[in-house]
Amino acid sequence: MKDYFFQDTVGKPMDRVDGRQKVTGAAKYSAEYELPNMAHAVLVGSTIARGSIKSIDTKRAENAPGVLAVLHYQNSIKVPGYVQEAHPTEPKPAGKPLQVFIDNQIHFNDQPIAVVVADTLERAMYAAKLVKVQYNVEKHATDFHQNVSKAVLPTVAKRNPKHGLNDYVRGKEDAYKTEPLKIESEYVIPTEFHNPMELQSIIAHWEADNKLTVYDKTQAVIGTQNAFAKDWGIPVQNVKVIATYVGGAFGNGLHTWPHETAAIIAAKKVNRPVKLMLTREQMFTMVGYRPHAWQKVGMSATKDGKITAITHEAIGQTSSYEEFTESTLQQTRMMYTSPNVTTRYRILPLNVSTPIWMRGPGEATGAFALECALDEMAYVIGMDPLEFRLINHTDKDPEKNLPWSTKYLKEAMQMGAEKIGWRKRQLQPGMVKNGEWLVGYGMGVGTFGANRGRAKVKATLHKDGTLVMQSATTDIGPGTGTAMVQIAAQNLGLPPEKIVFELGSSLYPPSPSQGGSATVATVGSAVHAVCQVLKKRLTSMVAGNSDTSFKGATVENLTFKDGYVSLTASPSARLSFGDILKQQNLPELEVTEESSPDASLRQKYSMYSYSVHFAEVQVHPLTGQIRVTNMVSCADAGTIINAKTAGNQMIGGAVGGIGMALTEGAIMDHRFGRYVTKDLAEYHVPVHADAPNISSLFVNKPDLINNPNGTKGIGEIAIIGVAPAIANAIFNATGKRIRELPITPDKLMMV
Amino acid sequence: MIPFQYVKPSKPKAAIDTVAKDQTAMFIAGGTNLVDLMKRDVLNPEKLVDINKLPLRKIERENGTVRIGALALNGAVAEDKLVLEKHPLLSQALNAGASAQLRNMATVGGNMMQRVRCPYYYDTAMPCNKREPGTGCSAIEGYNRMHAIFGHSDKCIAVNPSDMNVALVALDAVVLVSGPKGDRKIPFGEFHRLPGDTPHIHTNLQQGELIMAVDVPENPYTKNVHYLKVRDRNSYAFALVSVAAALDLDGSNIKSARLAMGGVAHKPWRLQEAEQFLAGKPANEATFRQAAEVAMRGAKAFEHNQFKLKLGPNTIVQALKNAAGAV
Repeated sequence: MKDYFFQDTVGKPMDRVDGRQKVTGAAKYSAEYELPNMAHAVLVGSTIARGSIKSIDTKRAENAPGVLAVLHYQNSIKVPGYVQEAHPTEPKPAGKPLQVFIDNQIHFNDQPIAVVVADTLERAMYAAKLVKVQYNVEKHATDFHQNVSKAVLPTVAKRNPKHGLNDYVRGKEDAYKTEPLKIESEYVIPTEFHNPMELQSIIAHWEADNKLTVYDKTQAVIGTQNAFAKDWGIPVQNVKVIATYVGGAFGNGLHTWPHETAAIIAAKKVNRPVKLMLTREQMFTMVGYRPHAWQKVGMSATKDGKITAITHEAIGQTSSYEEFTESTLQQTRMMYTSPNVTTRYRILPLNVSTPIWMRGPGEATGAFALECALDEMAYVIGMDPLEFRLINHTDKDPEKNLPWSTKYLKEAMQMGAEKIGWRKRQLQPGMVKNGEWLVGYGMGVGTFGANRGRAKVKATLHKDGTLVMQSATTDIGPGTGTAMVQIAAQNLGLPPEKIVFELGSSLYPPSPSQGGSATVATVGSAVHAVCQVLKKRLTSMVAGNSDTSFKGATVENLTFKDGYVSLTASPSARLSFGDILKQQNLPELEVTEESSPDASLRQKYSMYSYSVHFAEVQVHPLTGQIRVTNMVSCADAGTIINAKTAGNQMIGGAVGGIGMALTEGAIMDHRFGRYVTKDLAEYHVPVHADAPNISSLFVNKPDLINNPNGTKGIGEIAIIGVAPAIANAIFNATGKRIRELPITPDKLMMV
Repeated sequence: MIPFQYVKPSKPKAAIDTVAKDQTAMFIAGGTNLVDLMKRDVLNPEKLVDINKLPLRKIERENGTVRIGALALNGAVAEDKLVLEKHPLLSQALNAGASAQLRNMATVGGNMMQRVRCPYYYDTAMPCNKREPGTGCSAIEGYNRMHAIFGHSDKCIAVNPSDMNVALVALDAVVLVSGPKGDRKIPFGEFHRLPGDTPHIHTNLQQGELIMAVDVPENPYTKNVHYLKVRDRNSYAFALVSVAAALDLDGSNIKSARLAMGGVAHKPWRLQEAEQFLAGKPANEATFRQAAEVAMRGAKAFEHNQFKLKLGPNTIVQALKNAAGAV
């Protein structure tokens, strides 16, 4: 029964360790800290999309009550790291992040051009409105479709012919073109915004001339620490980054943004801690977004359902000053058996701010096109799209020609089809009705690399039998601390309530940013490692005891359970972890371990997580109203550490996918280069009324090649493939194929 | 936002006098729209007169009408027994508006006073005749998906965003107003305006005039009513098109009808010709379709709201079907 406790911990739908703090308001987010003598900063944004500042009049703002400083390119403190030139022998970087207040150049609309600092937020807001700016206006290019001919291969690909963003040809290039049974379709997704509930915010506090503390909304504690240390030319250990709680991010906390540096400049200038929180409108221009993308898929198949060729092209927008790229075409290269695959990826620089990874980055965009194209192809050959996917399922990675570490996508498909009632689906659109409403079923598949990085965890076992672990990871919502507690509980044999996992501080041992669905695999492996070492140390302590009952004990012949060590063979004699330390006169036992993925295994296996999403929709034939009435999302994501938080991730991703499919998309007026939908009343994230019952199912089989806990990431695959499932269901209901998201009633009406 | 004064009188007269005397003063009730507009510098009142202490929250029966106090909350009115019994259409329309949280803050008077949601009105960096007369209408040649198809002018094509107003205009409501020059009654259909050459004048209220109550006369439309709102998401979204439909049926024949649309004009858009067409006709889809065609006469769309020419009549047909089928 050695495994009993383990099974009881991992996989258990344990409540979040910080759930109570979050729902009672006790959890403190970055903008909620109050420091003595703190001042408030408000950013002034440009009102043109391209050109330069002719004049900036700050007199009235400076004279307004409570104003401490108005900073802009003429009077800002120069950030030392900004002036560093690229290394003369290294190639020039492919653009660089926006640097604040360095010159009078305007690269996008609402670019931060000044920061007003005052003793209260209201006074800063008022004074910000008094800053008057005149511009030399230049003609801007913001319209993706008008400028699409200017798309280019990303610089990283131009420089390195082996880079993954280069054109890819397997078999014959564009082989679909000469096939008899084929489709060729174009797909568009608009710019989408992360819009987490918590607005981006930072408190910057110079504790000494070369010592900076920030309370910052970020997904990357260590990355942020390094960036600011470099910017200001100060030792890394002099920068402290605190992000104990993060109220959602979905990727927009993965970059160091201009507002953060603006707050640090302001704090330096007024010599007080400065708090800066973006407004909701600024969340649309200052912290990235999922880029507008155009895609084209050509596909051919045989009558009996074998895909013979796929060509997938994509163009994503970026800014004029920084190249943003993402792996939009990855799923097309590896998901299906097709002997001929061509992919081409380009980026289109526009006078807009730089995009950033947004949940399911690249793949969520690519899967919309690929999985809709699959559906279209299935209709051409008159085949059930589930059957079509099963026929083209591949048991090895056709891109890398490697076996999968694990792949249980077929199982996931079968589970999901059963749960949604796929049998009710009719191939012919418009055949199933509920009263006046047309009912349709659709599916979409998602995949994302089962990533794992390097992380370090410090664990301190106290003589009262409690364990405190620390690592500089973050938790943007998935429940990282909870999962780490469960992994430690399983591996150490200690009840979860005796374990605390601390994160979100640069004072802790380094971990990567929380992104790319890699945290549980990365940090969880370090927790696993640290627990193994703790067990070894405890074993050698009991084995060397004067009390000889544990003589000859090894980790293998001991049982660690409920915070006690006993010989598996004679469990009556047992010692608590705390008593073991007390016998050694140790107040605590501290262990720090680092864990990295095995590079050789990554050469031998291809590692991905998989998901498949099924949607049932109803469409009103007269009004074009669309309701998603049922959804089932199934994942092959290795071992599930916590059924509740993992299910929560899947449901959140599905709701995000409903947003992609039906409601989300920013609209810009290209005459001004300004967004016209930039608040939560006009930019529609789905609400409760848009979300049906969503079932999340897991195959729950370990991937022990990936990491010792057997986990694969969930965050991205939860959304990748959802939008095409819904779009395909709408086609099944109506016979109308909408290839531009979001699918709103007017689009259905005008087809 | 600019610095402003804030007062909270307890007598209507004091509130009215304060705003009547001061062109920079505004009343505030729920504040669900005004506070946003202040944060964005669209409205910059130097004095806010909070009317929440005034005794204007009652919903009561008065001489053959349901009298709804101006400060009655949208949520409270929607759930009120008297309203549900006498004017279920109003309840449906209120529940289609905003979100539960907003309905529990927003008042009936405030709902009538809410400003258009045209994005150009909300962004001081783009021209808007309504915000700054003479600067031009950005929507006519710009993003106009949500905009008017009836009653627009070359100065403004924004729409009234309210759902409640659509039901109230259909129900022949009367607005009770008190002002520096005394009390007056405004028929609901004359409360809001078309933009014409003066889109910056939002309603026919004069400075200092305060909405006290809305009277909704009792009528036969207590059974066969439906408010149908087509929108981009299923809650907390403004209407692409909405329709308030009410039928007085004699068996399967229509004795009389009330019909109004939202999301199509600068004011809630009553469809009297279509109502007259419906009277005396059989309640079936063919009749409804013909009435919808009558209703849509004179509609003119712009680049991004062409769909309303199709969605409008379809929504009328569906709302009438739902009303006729309602128990």
